Amino acid sequence: MYRYDEFDHTFVKARVSEYSDQVERRLNGEITEDQFKPLRLMNGVYLQLHAYMLRVAIPYGTLNSTQMRKLAHIARTYDKGYGHFTTRQNIQYNWPALADTPKILEELADVEMHALQTSGNCIRNVTADHFAGASADEVADPRPYAEILRQWSSIHPEFSYLPRKFKIAVTGSETDRAAIQVHDIGLQLKKNDAGELGFAVWIGGGQGRTPLIGKKVRDFLPEQDLLSYATAILRVYNLNGRRDNKYKARIKILVHETGTEELTRQIEAEWKALKDGELALPDADIRAIEAYFAPPELAERPEGTVVLTSAKLTDRGFAAWVDQNTAAHSHPDYAIVTISLKAVGEAPGDASAEQMDAVADIAETYALGEIRVSHEQNLILPHVARADLKAVYDALLQQQLATANAGLISDIIACPGLDYCALANARAIPVAQEIGQRFAALDRQRNIGELKLKISGCINACGHHHVGHIGILGVEKKGTELYQITLGGSADEDTSIGEIVGRGFTAEEITDAVETVVETYLQHRSSAEEIFIEAYRRLGAQPFKVALYGDQKKAA
Amino acid sequence: MKVMTANRLFDGVAVWLAADHSWSETIDAAEVADTSETAEKLSRAGTAAFLKDEVVDVDLIDIELVDGEIIPTRLRERIRAAGPTNRLDLGKQAQITISRAA
Repeated sequence: MYRYDEFDHTFVKARVSEYSDQVERRLNGEITEDQFKPLRLMNGVYLQLHAYMLRVAIPYGTLNSTQMRKLAHIARTYDKGYGHFTTRQNIQYNWPALADTPKILEELADVEMHALQTSGNCIRNVTADHFAGASADEVADPRPYAEILRQWSSIHPEFSYLPRKFKIAVTGSETDRAAIQVHDIGLQLKKNDAGELGFAVWIGGGQGRTPLIGKKVRDFLPEQDLLSYATAILRVYNLNGRRDNKYKARIKILVHETGTEELTRQIEAEWKALKDGELALPDADIRAIEAYFAPPELAERPEGTVVLTSAKLTDRGFAAWVDQNTAAHSHPDYAIVTISLKAVGEAPGDASAEQMDAVADIAETYALGEIRVSHEQNLILPHVARADLKAVYDALLQQQLATANAGLISDIIACPGLDYCALANARAIPVAQEIGQRFAALDRQRNIGELKLKISGCINACGHHHVGHIGILGVEKKGTELYQITLGGSADEDTSIGEIVGRGFTAEEITDAVETVVETYLQHRSSAEEIFIEAYRRLGAQPFKVALYGDQKKAA
Repeated sequence: MKVMTANRLFDGVAVWLAADHSWSETIDAAEVADTSETAEKLSRAGTAAFLKDEVVDVDLIDIELVDGEIIPTRLRERIRAAGPTNRLDLGKQAQITISRAA
C-alpha cells in the first residue's frame, strides 16, 4: 500500500500542529465558536448529540494492521472502546473530548493517517472497490488512481470552497462494488481495444433529498488525462454550481438543470485548455504510485482445496461462512474474506477496540497485514490462502466476527441515526437491530438470498436507502418516528433509485412490513435463483403494495 | 415549559442549565421555566455562558413534567438526556445506573 513520503509526513504533521494551536486558542477564548467551527470541521471534528465526533479518513478503505491497532488504541484511550465504520469507508469516534482531538490526530499521523477533508465543501475521501487489488474480475487496481486523486485534492487551493461537498469513487472492474453511479464523479477503470488503461466517467450521481443517477460523460478517458479532466469537471462545477441554496448546490443539480449535453460541452471545452498542460500525468508518475500497490507475492498454496473440503464437511457453520463471506481471488489458492460487522443485534459498522485488535492480528498472521473497509460497513481481508480459511474463521468466531451473512438481508447498511447524529430525524440502528433479529435464522436468510437492505435516519441518505433493494427512510412526523419503504434501488452497475411504495410505518410496524415485502417476494419469485431485485424489476411495485396496504387507494 | 441545554465546549458533553447557573451533566438538575419571563432569563444565561466560552450549541427546549421528572418533548432531546437507545451502557443513562446502584 501507499507509504507517506517526506512531503506527506511534513504536510500532515504541519496540519496537526496548526490544528493544535487552533484548539488551544479556542479553549483559551482567543477565537470564537463562529471562527473555530469551520476550522474544526476541516479536521473532521463535528458536534453531535452527546459529544464531539471525529471522522477519520481511511483513503479508499485501505488499512494495514498497524493502522488498525492505532484505531483500536484511540477507541480505548480517548473514546468509549469502539468505533463506527461508515458508508464512506471511514471510521467515526462518537465521544472524543475536543481537548483530546489534537493528540488523537498526532497519534494518527504517526501511522500515516489523518482526518482532513472528512467534512466541508471540498473533495472528500476518495472511495474505491473494497476488493481492489485482489478480485478475480478486476481489470486493474483502482487504488493508485484514488491515491493520485487524494494527493491532488488535498487542500487543493481552487477546490477547498466548492458550492458543496464532492465525492469521487473508483472501481477497477465492470462489477461495481463502489456505487460509482451515485457519486459526484464515478470512475470505472477499463482497457480500450489497444489494451491501454483509462476510465469510463460518470458525473452528477448522488443520493440525499434529490437522488439522481450519474450521467456517463466519457466512455474512455486515457489514464494520463485523469487529473486534467477531473479539474475541468470541478472547475465548471465550481464556477456554475449554485451557492444560493445548499439543497441545490451539488453537481447533480447543475447536471440536471444545465443538461448533460451542454455541461459535457463546457467540461470538454475547459479540458481542451488543460489536457496538455502540467496536469497531464506522466506515465512514470502513474507507474511510481502503482508500484506502492503492486500485488503481493502470494506463495502457492494448492493444499487449500483439499483442506477446505474436509473442514467444510466437519463444520456446517464454517461451510456456510465460506459460501457466504468469501469471494473469488485473482490467485486460485486464495480467497477474499468479508468480516461481517453485522452480528445479530449489533449496530451495523460498529467494532470494539478488542475486535479491531483481533482483526489486526488475524490480518497480520494470515492476510499479509492488509485490511479494507467496505462502504457496506464490513471489513475485508483481501488475501487469505484458502488453506488458512478455517483458522481465520475460528479466530473471528472468538470475537463474534464470523456471522455468515455477507450480502444477505441482515447485512444491513445503517447510518448512526438519531441515536447519535445531530441531523437525523429518526433512529436507524434499532430498526436494523430488530430486522437483524427477526431474520436471524441463517437458513431463512440464505433461502431469501441476496438482498440489500439500507436504512437512513434522515433524507441526507448516509444509509444509502435510495439504492437499497429494500430502502428504509426514517422521518419525524407529529413528534414520532415514521419509516418510509422504498423498493427496487440498487448501487451496482445497474444502478437504480428505489420507489416509495406508500405511506410510512411506525417503529413498531416497520419490521413486520419488511417481513411482508420479503414474503411477497418469496411467493412471487420465479425460482430460488431469481434474487429480490430481479423479481422486483420483473414484477413492479404492485404485488408489494397490495401485500402491504391491501386496497390500492390506501397505498397512494 | 422549557429548559436550557448546550454542549460543554472542552469535551462536548451534553449539559443543562441549573438554577444556580452551573451546567449539570444530567437533565434532572435543570431549572424549569414555566413562564416566558423565566424562559427569557434562561435564554440570557445560556447566551452569556456561550459568550464566556463555557458551552456551545445553546438551545431552549420544550419539556413536560411527568411525576416531577423532566421529560423533553422531542425524541432527539430525550436521547440526548439519556444516551444512545441501542447502548444503555453509554451516556447519561449509564451514569444514572451507576449512581442508583451505588
